[in-house]
Amino acid sequence: MATTADHFQAHSEDHGHKHEHDHKPAFFARWFMSTNHKDIGTMYLIFAIFAGIIGGLFSGMMRVELNEPGIQYLDTFARWFGAVNPDFNSTLHTWNVLITAHGLIMVFFMVMPAIIGGFGNWFVPLMIGAPDMAFPRMNNISFWLTVFGFFSLLCSAFVPGGTGNGAGTGWTVYAPLSTSGSPGPAVDFGIFSLHLAGAGSIMGAINFITTILNMRAPGMTLHKMPLFVWSVLVTAFLLLLSLPVLAAAITMLLTDRNFGTTFFDPAGGGDPVLYQHLFWFFGHPEVYIMILPGFGIISQIVSTFSKKPVFGYLGMAYAMVAIGVVGFIVWAHHMYATGLSVNTKMYFTAATMVIAVPTGIKIFSWIATMWGGSAEFKSPMVWAIGFIFLFTVGGVTGVVLANGGVDDVMHDTYYVVAHFHYVLSLGAVTALFAGFYYWFPKMSGRMHSELLAHLHFAVFFVGVNMIFFPMHFLGLQGMPRRYPDYAEAYAHWNHVATIGYMVMASSLVIWFVNIIYAYVAGRRAADNYWGEGATTLEWTLSSPPPFHQFETLPVIGETAHH
Amino acid sequence: MNGDEGTMAGTKNHDYHILPPDIAPLATTIGAFVFTSGMVLYMHDMPGGAFVPWAGLAILLASMFMWFSKIVKEAHAGDHTPVVQLHQRYGMILFIASEVMFFVGWFWAFFDFSLFPSELAETVGGQWPPKAIEAVMDPFALPLLNTLILLCSGTTVTWAHHSLIHGDRDGLKKGLWATVLLGLLFSCIQAYEYLHAPFGFGGNTYSSAFYMATGFHGFHVIVGTIMLIVCLKRAYNGDFTPRQHFGFEAAAWYWHFVDVVWLFLFVAVYIWGGWGHPIH
Repeated sequence: MATTADHFQAHSEDHGHKHEHDHKPAFFARWFMSTNHKDIGTMYLIFAIFAGIIGGLFSGMMRVELNEPGIQYLDTFARWFGAVNPDFNSTLHTWNVLITAHGLIMVFFMVMPAIIGGFGNWFVPLMIGAPDMAFPRMNNISFWLTVFGFFSLLCSAFVPGGTGNGAGTGWTVYAPLSTSGSPGPAVDFGIFSLHLAGAGSIMGAINFITTILNMRAPGMTLHKMPLFVWSVLVTAFLLLLSLPVLAAAITMLLTDRNFGTTFFDPAGGGDPVLYQHLFWFFGHPEVYIMILPGFGIISQIVSTFSKKPVFGYLGMAYAMVAIGVVGFIVWAHHMYATGLSVNTKMYFTAATMVIAVPTGIKIFSWIATMWGGSAEFKSPMVWAIGFIFLFTVGGVTGVVLANGGVDDVMHDTYYVVAHFHYVLSLGAVTALFAGFYYWFPKMSGRMHSELLAHLHFAVFFVGVNMIFFPMHFLGLQGMPRRYPDYAEAYAHWNHVATIGYMVMASSLVIWFVNIIYAYVAGRRAADNYWGEGATTLEWTLSSPPPFHQFETLPVIGETAHH
Repeated sequence: MNGDEGTMAGTKNHDYHILPPDIAPLATTIGAFVFTSGMVLYMHDMPGGAFVPWAGLAILLASMFMWFSKIVKEAHAGDHTPVVQLHQRYGMILFIASEVMFFVGWFWAFFDFSLFPSELAETVGGQWPPKAIEAVMDPFALPLLNTLILLCSGTTVTWAHHSLIHGDRDGLKKGLWATVLLGLLFSCIQAYEYLHAPFGFGGNTYSSAFYMATGFHGFHVIVGTIMLIVCLKRAYNGDFTPRQHFGFEAAAWYWHFVDVVWLFLFVAVYIWGGWGHPIH
């Protein structure tokens, strides 16, 4: 933890006034017109859970289909999307729709809303001692644009795309599949979905940067700021600078599709590889956008439960800055198979490897923080340790794939699927659950069951590893991504992965039971229910905090750590 | 809002701006969503395509008008304390930074096409400007005039700013009038150029990159002109003081940004991008 509020004055005042003055607006005004960072954060979290269930159902449909070789259920799924008598092509198109919807939903409508919109909104103002975000109204439009972006994506599933209903382009929306290959309106709905959600994220980024740079409590210098706040600051800069390039790229797609431009059409001199450059100039920072706030959450948790400040605080902060900067100049490692020159591949291989250095700093510093601390294995800490292990697995397979020569062989195999699910589904999502158990009682005022939280972790850990670890083997054996069918030789590990999905899904049932338990029978949460290790400012407030906190700003003392 | 809005707890002992609930963000979003969905209908000749985008645009603009009107009212109510004004400055700078990255995307496409012209496409034939482009615009005719108009408008907006700072309301209005008129003149000349261009929209990389990059710039000029017109109206309303006039400054920053983008377009697309080619 970077800060302690040893001269914190507002605390008792907030408590004393809570019941007389904590007037919340009426239902419609509170939830549809909100200008309150905690309410907006709550809405983001609920939205992310909702979107995550839908995105998770799509992956369930894929795992069921992949359970054994041959096409089993796609015909049925095609009917769900409105096909009357699906032929062979529209049946297979449904597979593309599933992978596209799963990817877009999980990236734009689950991880980002949860980790930045949800936890960022809730805890950045609390951790820096601010009463709210800098632009409370703009905060609200960021949320609504995300929701309506999701609606736009849902619309796309039920109108014609390529050879069937829905946008079947993959989350990367590569031309020419997304242009001449998908003449129907589905891809246009998908493009506008990204425009809407992207505009919301850019405004969110502006809001976070302004809030963090201008609204820190007196005495909280940048170098005393909690690492979660650092992580959101870096993330916001990545969003601000990368999303507009995506906006330009998908606008080119739109005009190529509908207005006769030839940006990506070789007949007019255009270049589909240009789209990939523009997309990945956004897409690579995007993967750090999803994982950096997770890094921040893990730093808070590891420090709290080791009862020590994080090891190498400044190194941890600037490692994230370095990851953010270098993250902008490695994009073409997603494009090794597009015919880049050997020199270009060498550059992008070397630059990509460099990222392993600041990432290594983070992993080792978390371990060093635990070393010699009196570690307590409460549920958030268990999730955090799980994160460190799983993210490291994804990180080392990343180093393998960073090599242009190796990637020529691995590209578009299940090895890549295994790699990015280890850093995202097992990395970012594990960090989300760690953050959830860390902060849920602070947000709701009710304690969850530690037993169920541990059980949730154990089942989830087994489940996700069963899904994704075998994918390394499948990829090394040559199984390609994005196909609904496969050779007999791949049947065994695919079956194991599908069983893993069932295990993982059952862990989510434990999670929901835990939430219900907390609201029905959970103990009331104290202000600081994690005890002496939890030193950031949110622990000086009640659980849940008052509707408007810090009406007298806290003052951060000179003696505070860092 | 100062604690009497019914949403505030306790007593506020800080200078930040805590806002009451507001419908504008949801209304604006609905406008944007109706607009984009209507555009899909329009682009695919589906029912409603002729009017749904306009309906969405109307909702969008009306909500934004409502939203920005509130910001002006809050400024008069004294909600924009020094720290809140600092937020607004940061917000505008960051917004312009994101706009710069948006144009980076268009310039990226332009330089890709011009530095590596396609050998495969007959319309391009491995040369820049492509074979299909029989003639380009003479950069030193109307585009140069437009460059001078925009640069001049950059000085007139500074004239208005200095007048405002020195309490010269008359100079403020004159400077803003001049800037707005120069902005409108630029847009008119740009429209004239498009109508008389020796090449059509799309079909090859040159006319794709040319029209989309200059077109998005033109759109930003129109947005900037609207911002300046709002400032002009506010100047007549007696808004802005020599010490507090961020609405004006934001418009001026945006105007300078639009100006700089044009300079890059002028040098890269108009002069360098058509160098040695027959002119029209």
